[in-house]
Amino acid sequence: MDHLFVILFIVGGTALLSVPLGSYMKWAMDPAPNQADRWTRLFQTISGASEDQDWKRYLVTLLVFNIIMFTLTFAILALQQWLPLNPDARPALDPTLVFNTAASFTTNTNLQHYSGEVSMSYLSQLAGLMWLQFVSAATGIAALTALARGIAGRSGLANFMVDVQRASFLVLLPVAAIVSLLMVLAGMPMTLQGSAMATTLEGATQTIARGPVAAFLAIKQLGTNGGGFFGPNATHPLENPSFWTNALAMIAILLIPMACVWMFGRIVRRIRHAALIFAVMTVFILAKITGSVFFESAPTPAFVELPVSDETGNLEGKELRLGATTGPLWAVLTTATSNGSVGAMHDSLNPLTGLMPLAGMWLNATFGGVGVGMINMFIYIVLAVFVAGMMVGRTPEYLGHKIEAKEVRFAILALFAHAVLILGGTALFAATPLGQATVQDFGAHGFSEILYEFSSAAANNGSGFEGLGDGSGPWNIATGIAMLLGRYLPIILPFAIVGSLVAKRRAAETAGTLGVEDATFGTMLGLTVLIFGALTFLPAAALGPIAEHFSIP
Amino acid sequence: MTQKPTRSIFTADLVRPALRQSFTKLYPGLLIRNPVMFTTAVVALLASVLLLATIARQGDVLFEIQIAFWLWLTVLFGNFAEALAEGRGKAQAEALRSTKAELRGKRLKGSGHQDVAASELRKGDVVLVEMGDLIPADGEVIEGVASVNEAAITGESAPVIREAGGDRSAVTAGTRVISDWAKVRVTVEPGAGFLDRMIALVEGANRAKTPNEIALTVLLTGLTLIFLVAVGTLPAFVAYTGGSIAVPVLVALFVALIPTTISALLSAIGIAGMDRLIRFNVLAKSGRAVEAAGDIDTLLLDKTGTITLGDRQASQFLTLSGIQEGELVEAAWLSSLGDETPEGRSIVALAGRNEDAPENTEVVGFTAQTRVSGLNIGERKVRKGAVDAVLNLREFDPAAVREMKAITDRIARVGGTPLAVTDGTRLLGAIYLKDIVKSGIKERFAELRQMGIRTVMITGDNPLTAAAIAAEAGVDDFLAEATPEDKLRLIRKEQAAGKLVAMCGDGTNDAPALAQSDVGVAMNTGTQAAREAGNMVDLDNNPTKLIEVVGIGKQLLMTRGALTTFSISNDVAKYFAILPAIFVALYPGLDALNVMGLSTPESAILSALIFNAIIIPLLVPLALRGVTYRPQTAARQLIRNLSIYGLGGLIAPFVGIKLIDFAVSGLGLA
Repeated sequence: MDHLFVILFIVGGTALLSVPLGSYMKWAMDPAPNQADRWTRLFQTISGASEDQDWKRYLVTLLVFNIIMFTLTFAILALQQWLPLNPDARPALDPTLVFNTAASFTTNTNLQHYSGEVSMSYLSQLAGLMWLQFVSAATGIAALTALARGIAGRSGLANFMVDVQRASFLVLLPVAAIVSLLMVLAGMPMTLQGSAMATTLEGATQTIARGPVAAFLAIKQLGTNGGGFFGPNATHPLENPSFWTNALAMIAILLIPMACVWMFGRIVRRIRHAALIFAVMTVFILAKITGSVFFESAPTPAFVELPVSDETGNLEGKELRLGATTGPLWAVLTTATSNGSVGAMHDSLNPLTGLMPLAGMWLNATFGGVGVGMINMFIYIVLAVFVAGMMVGRTPEYLGHKIEAKEVRFAILALFAHAVLILGGTALFAATPLGQATVQDFGAHGFSEILYEFSSAAANNGSGFEGLGDGSGPWNIATGIAMLLGRYLPIILPFAIVGSLVAKRRAAETAGTLGVEDATFGTMLGLTVLIFGALTFLPAAALGPIAEHFSIP
Repeated sequence: MTQKPTRSIFTADLVRPALRQSFTKLYPGLLIRNPVMFTTAVVALLASVLLLATIARQGDVLFEIQIAFWLWLTVLFGNFAEALAEGRGKAQAEALRSTKAELRGKRLKGSGHQDVAASELRKGDVVLVEMGDLIPADGEVIEGVASVNEAAITGESAPVIREAGGDRSAVTAGTRVISDWAKVRVTVEPGAGFLDRMIALVEGANRAKTPNEIALTVLLTGLTLIFLVAVGTLPAFVAYTGGSIAVPVLVALFVALIPTTISALLSAIGIAGMDRLIRFNVLAKSGRAVEAAGDIDTLLLDKTGTITLGDRQASQFLTLSGIQEGELVEAAWLSSLGDETPEGRSIVALAGRNEDAPENTEVVGFTAQTRVSGLNIGERKVRKGAVDAVLNLREFDPAAVREMKAITDRIARVGGTPLAVTDGTRLLGAIYLKDIVKSGIKERFAELRQMGIRTVMITGDNPLTAAAIAAEAGVDDFLAEATPEDKLRLIRKEQAAGKLVAMCGDGTNDAPALAQSDVGVAMNTGTQAAREAGNMVDLDNNPTKLIEVVGIGKQLLMTRGALTTFSISNDVAKYFAILPAIFVALYPGLDALNVMGLSTPESAILSALIFNAIIIPLLVPLALRGVTYRPQTAARQLIRNLSIYGLGGLIAPFVGIKLIDFAVSGLGLA
């Protein structure tokens, strides 16, 4: 009963909050001609850019902006030992780790092959990483806004430099401020002083790392970033002090990805269509939550022989002070949204429970990352519309745009890229010592560790299954590349689709046109996500979590 | 749909050549047009080479032989489906080709003419055609009148008149002159004529892929690539655990997963769609036009012949004040006795007088100048005709004229045509001629509306009459007093609003509108200009067919979509058959995924592969006939097809593979 209440409170409550936030985001990101003029002018002045960009120029600006972000961060991380704000004198970082981390934070992944409090200076954490948590998330929101404008039939997609400021200053910053405030009230540290020193009862001296945790945390969750201030992420007592910070964090994880769907619906002026997409995503996320909570209700296999009560479920790797349900719930939410923060040790989840976060990253569109989740869903929509459109006897159309060879090519290429990054990467590391030498466990579980790491990188999720020596050079480079390709291909390809769509004569919608607002299309979309998205990964799943599950006596 | 009876698909004369071609189509140059089937063939070749290696090693070959066999069979079944679809048009093409080979023409040169082969006739040459000749090339009659039998093209043996000028001037190569003569100016270069186009069409050879077909091919190729990654990475995954997978097993999994079913049937579906149209006596100039037909939003329909019967019928007599009804009826009857038009006969019938005609009469026929007809009985002159024409005959009583005009307006307002009747100096009244809306047409329009298609009636009538008929027929809109320019403007307006427009026409002045419309069906009897401008030609000259053409276009796309859905949904069951079979040696626990309870791993793999192969010929009839098509909303259409082909595609292979597994293990094949 408790489980049900917690899940309803978090998922249902966030869904309710997301509706007004979606309307606000529409106002902030895509104001009507005389709305938010003051802000628009301000942002235009700051960036010195005001012209309407077509899809190519918008995309190029976005990419150049991201290259600059990457370079800056790379520089800050590489030079942190000589830069200020390093009270604990953190030393130089390994170059492959610098590459991996710069890629990780630029791409909104926040895969961390390091422990923040041990390796990073405050400058690295704040100027390098926290800054990126804002702008990488803002990049995603801007991309979705531009895409929606194109789908709404506008050939000018507005200006990326203005959009990225709108997303940072009007959306992320105010919401993050509210969330940080609530977090501090709930007992989270927020300071720029160095580590605290404490003398333990035994007389030993303990160094307690701390820092501007609350500020870091709010944006880590809201921007589907997930990179923790501390290595253990949200399982660390200072990063997640109480049940309420825990609940608030989970709400923050889901909030903006959910609101993005409504914003999309408002910009394309098809709110019922958005509601249908929202419903399909909700069905998927609830199925995964149900699965993970159910599978996690059995005790871990290692305990079967021991005289331990089996009514408590699997308690291994959980923060007991937060309750046993939130672990698997968090695991699903954080992977469904490409967030990647963790609230429990994923490595210790029961095998089939562990399959749920994997599935979330394979689909990467059941709410998904800020902005980009909806963009990923757009890929599935294009394919669903194409197949369903033929079944109603017309050249397939999406909101009046004809879906033809070009659009299908880009859409299927995006799915292909996702499969190659995950399965190809896993194959390379699973078959060679590159991966084999780094796994903690052998057999199916070790395989899952490798599979998880590549899924997390390609889906820009950032969570780790852990139990993997992923700090090595090959891991840093391979996942770094997976993150970069996994981030920019799924932005470039949908932009190309929309570029092709806006160039065509828009068709009128009639009763003979495929409806994209009814349950039938919802079913079609769900099937498409399952068959085109999930089925590809079934063999890998069979050899990982499923094999492990059935190998347990 | 009023289609001609469908021939049986699997008749010996069609199947035998198709079987032969299944092998000739293995030629890589042809096969590469279909990337998925090409991939399957490459994989089959690989499996065969491995088989030879195993034989050389004297290993156990029973399993590998079967894998290779079924892989090849998958490719052959795909070729067979295509060959069978093409075969249906081949016989027709042969007949047309032999007609074409024997064509000769009399080319006029100076005062005489020389006998040349049709292939030497160029655009602009003038040929003489006489009784008994086959017309050597498409062209325009520039002099003379001839009666032509067009059965070779249309299958309709009633002769038609072809004459210079007007809308009946086009002649087609291969048709026979059965009386008189004409001089014809050739309008096409050799090889570009109607006959050539028809041969190419019915053969389906070198068929250009349509835009939707290209897009679907892209999707299927992309899926194949994705499954290549999914299957290609498996050896590495398994190597992690120290296991291995035999290559024949891997290729079996790969071919079972890639969308071979729809790929094998894809071109057959396209050819069959064109074939349905041809058997419906409509020639589409390209597959693109057939697809566009399915997308039509607005249908422009000519009133006469499409919405109403060609002939109007008398339905009421309306007398002026002071006139006895009997007087009017008698005069109307008398004036129509000599009138053999359907309208005249309907007036006689409505009068209902079973008397003989009076003696001593003289029939005054209708002419375009007078626009009246009637009867002279001695000095008595009884006339009927268009109201303004009758009123111009002489001075009538002004009060009677005023009343006549009022009656005329009233008739027009309800969609009728009035004829005035006079007897000598007296105006008697009017006959109300009614346009008879075809029975069942209103229901057809209601269906079209459900499908989201708007119908617009085009008529030369005045707006009052047009509105009344439009209301009665249930069309959505009408264009009254329409000129060709009005039609063109209407089409452009609809297109600017993002709609696709279909229309039909026959006259030269229809050509611009036919060319502008997205689907323009030209009547075969029409002018050469109209036939060139449209992208379809209706050999039966029946404008109502436009509605069926839309249906055929939709059915074509629906068949493609339905079979794609079916094919892709099948993968779920195939995974559940093959994955446990492959991995069970590595992780015995994975036998739990063997939900079908297949007997052995080898049998499971073979059964999935066999199902994958034989589903192709099993679906050939569906591909060729098309899925059942009913006029209904898109939403209902999708529910129907998704539940049949989506759900069916999920369930059918579970049953099929299980049954095949019984057979395979029962026969001891694996």
